[in-house]
Amino acid sequence: MEWETVIGLEIHAQLATRSKIFSGATTAYGAAPNSQACLVDLGYPGVLPVLNEGVVRMAVAFGLATDCTIAPRSVFARKNYFYPDLPKGYQISQYELPVVHSGQIELELEDGAHKTIGITRAHLEEDAGKSLHEDFQGQSGIDLNRAGTPLLEIVSEPDLRSAREAVAYMKAIHQLVRYLGICDGNMQEGSFRCDANISVRPVGRHEFGTRAEIKNLNSFRFVERAILFEVERQVDILESGGRVVQETRLYDPERDETRPMRSKEEANDYRYFPDPDLLPLEIGPALVDEVRAALPELPRQKRERFVAEYGLSAYDAGVLSTSRAVADYYETVAGGLGDKKLAANWVMGELAGALNKAGLEITASPLDAEAMLGLLRRIEDETISGKIAKEVFEAMWAGEGDADVVIEARGLRQITDAGSVEAVVTEVIAANPRQLEQYRSGKDKLFGFFVGQVMKATGGKANPALVNELLKRLLAG
Amino acid sequence: MHGMTLAGIARALREREFSSEELVRHLLERIGRLDSELNAFITVTGEAALDAAREADARLADGGGGLTGVPIAHKDIFCTAGVKTSCGSRMLDNFVSPYDATVVERLREAGTIMLGKTNMDEFAMGSSNETSFYGPVRNPWDTQRVPGGSSGGSAAAVAARLVPAATGTDTGGSIRQPAALAGITGIKPTYGRVSRYGMIAFASSLDQAGVLTQTAEDAALLLTAMSGHDPRDSTSVDAPVPDYAAGLGESLEGLTVGVVEEFMDEGLDPANAAAIEASLKVLEGLGAKVRRISLPNIGLSVPTYYVVAPAECSSNLSRFDGIRFGYRAQSPRDLEDLYKRSRGEGFGAEVKRRIMTGTYVLSAGYYDAYYLKAQRVRQLIAADFRQAFESVDVIVGPTSPTPAFELGAKVDDPVTMYLNDIYTIGVNLAGLPGLSAPCGFVDGLPVGLQIVGRAFDEGRILNVAHRFQQETDWHARAPGGAFA
Repeated sequence: MEWETVIGLEIHAQLATRSKIFSGATTAYGAAPNSQACLVDLGYPGVLPVLNEGVVRMAVAFGLATDCTIAPRSVFARKNYFYPDLPKGYQISQYELPVVHSGQIELELEDGAHKTIGITRAHLEEDAGKSLHEDFQGQSGIDLNRAGTPLLEIVSEPDLRSAREAVAYMKAIHQLVRYLGICDGNMQEGSFRCDANISVRPVGRHEFGTRAEIKNLNSFRFVERAILFEVERQVDILESGGRVVQETRLYDPERDETRPMRSKEEANDYRYFPDPDLLPLEIGPALVDEVRAALPELPRQKRERFVAEYGLSAYDAGVLSTSRAVADYYETVAGGLGDKKLAANWVMGELAGALNKAGLEITASPLDAEAMLGLLRRIEDETISGKIAKEVFEAMWAGEGDADVVIEARGLRQITDAGSVEAVVTEVIAANPRQLEQYRSGKDKLFGFFVGQVMKATGGKANPALVNELLKRLLAG
Repeated sequence: MHGMTLAGIARALREREFSSEELVRHLLERIGRLDSELNAFITVTGEAALDAAREADARLADGGGGLTGVPIAHKDIFCTAGVKTSCGSRMLDNFVSPYDATVVERLREAGTIMLGKTNMDEFAMGSSNETSFYGPVRNPWDTQRVPGGSSGGSAAAVAARLVPAATGTDTGGSIRQPAALAGITGIKPTYGRVSRYGMIAFASSLDQAGVLTQTAEDAALLLTAMSGHDPRDSTSVDAPVPDYAAGLGESLEGLTVGVVEEFMDEGLDPANAAAIEASLKVLEGLGAKVRRISLPNIGLSVPTYYVVAPAECSSNLSRFDGIRFGYRAQSPRDLEDLYKRSRGEGFGAEVKRRIMTGTYVLSAGYYDAYYLKAQRVRQLIAADFRQAFESVDVIVGPTSPTPAFELGAKVDDPVTMYLNDIYTIGVNLAGLPGLSAPCGFVDGLPVGLQIVGRAFDEGRILNVAHRFQQETDWHARAPGGAFA
């Protein structure tokens, strides 16, 4: 039987506020356990939550960027359950009325096809703390630094049909929240993670199969691996006549498999109800307009503009708009050059390669955009050739100074003086009478040999066009 | 000194008739001598109070005014930095708060001195002060009887003149009912008027802080100091706070007083009803017009309340899990055992009953039938009040169906106990301000007159009570015998 995979993702994006969603404690990562939890985060008797307004703007920005409806009135609700890292015995979340809902995002898949994925809703909530099961012989430690960290939970429609689509969707959301500046996207630190709801059904059937939920996937690769494993597991069960159980599972990257965590049958009844400590969240048109006016250019708009404005291919435009930092870098370089494609080739080629090799983000590049522009200007004004420019680039990367300094220090300036080049060309021809003979008797391929000899004699500095022109004339005799 | 009102004490301190230290010593001596009879205090902070009194005397010598040096007590539901804050529960018997509630902070900034923390029903759940882990409080008018609850310790302490005033909280009548049963004045302001920050939550949408005093004037002085917006409480309202005391004394000429028919029926003790009718005559004598009104849905208040309040309490009390503070069971086997025994041993029977009720009404499959329906009825009750206030300025009636009952009389019958709050609960559900003032005696026991106002119309109900108290002396009567 042919099977179709159905996937919906719940992405948790940690909002990039300095303080927590309901308290003034800092959200900075990596501090000593329990040093960043105030009385509100600890759920002390008598304390009350106060909403951080920054998170509302961030949720609205996300909603606008995904064509969501911004709820004029949404409600914080309590999700009640007992766990030691949940200080109040309930998590403040949103349940029936989320802050934004009913939106969509367009994906560009690897084969260039486009697919629109529905976004059911995105709601605001607080994160719980962390239970530490190691290092406490027979006991567990609790770190509440993370308790109260603001999260935006983004729930997709079950529109994804493969692991690849799921990864493409997750990457698109990852790119978007970083563009919007509402999440740092750091997956190692847990700032961006997801739960995947996965089911399979025979191709052609309308009803969904029973789903399993894979919790807490914190890398694109794990999402892909977990889905691939899970789909195979479910298909195996169904093909051998079994029944998929609705349950929560965990992905174990070491063994590359998913394992049951708890079944829904014994799951908590969360007893959601509106939190009486918080007023309904009311968002007026003025705030929405204000956030809209401050929205940055979004990935898709940027891609389209790069194609239209710089004449780039769709592929290049996509690569150069991966992140705002890359796009800004590119635009700074391209802005100072007539040849926009030259800028694209260097940013995507030499620079990306060097960054990749060094494991650096573009924001940490030893060559900033101005330096790169300085280098490419020298190609454009024919001070150096493209080939020599690679040597200059390496020297700049190694910290030898800007392009002009390196060119001067190393004497790499291109020879464009026709007289000097002609002298070299004449010498080269004179030194190779046999090759000249063969060339003149029709062996055109030897033209390259003469170019090589001239370049060799000039240390690569002769202007290639000039060399071509002179060789053509002088070889002809 | 101890018989004086808070306003009188403040004046006497300003005029240096006696020092704050003398007064505090005198009251601490009375507490030490008499409180074993009443059990009104859980904690007495004598040393700190004397230190504060000496500082206050220095400020008074420099011309310090207002409430400087005036002693008060706080219900043990308010967090007080460095002082045990038990909420009347074994669960918090070992809890020393690291911070002050906004109410505590504001009243201290106004110059008052805390003498101690008063006894209360456990987590404010009760109407007789018999659910306290620290034992019942006794009514100074008859120590075989309850003082009402849950602010029973505050009520008994003020009635016995151990302290001129005390804070309280009122979720369903917990200030007004004990004020009535103890023969004193108590006001629950509009929901949102006073910050709930640092007040241990019972039912967040109903809880409101207020005061228990001898007179409406005293209540006005304290309420002015403790009210106002608090950025730490999202439900506190950002509206200007009038000087309530300055507004007292206005004529009642032209005031329309509504009397709720549903409250004057056979459920009300006839002698109590007679005291209310006599009080209405006093108000008429002051120029008010009395009009009979109906609140058609008010009969649903008690069942509505006993869905909403337990629902919120079941969630609010989840934080008491034995992990970070409060009572923890000895040598738990595992996490579940730690939770079950810490909560099982730390909470008393009434608190557990309400947590179970609340958990039930919020459960999947029951939420719509109970919680959601109760919220709808709550809206109807609030609408009844709004409509009534289109034709009347204040609503007046009984605070409690009977005077103080005997200790133990109702402990085994929660429903009868809950009906004690039949006249007060609707006011909480509608979020309105309500006050109880002494209006007579039945068999030697005080009864109260409840005065309810429009939202944020505390000034008016305080003025009605004040004018009433200028014409009557019920509020000036104090228990005799040992407490004289």
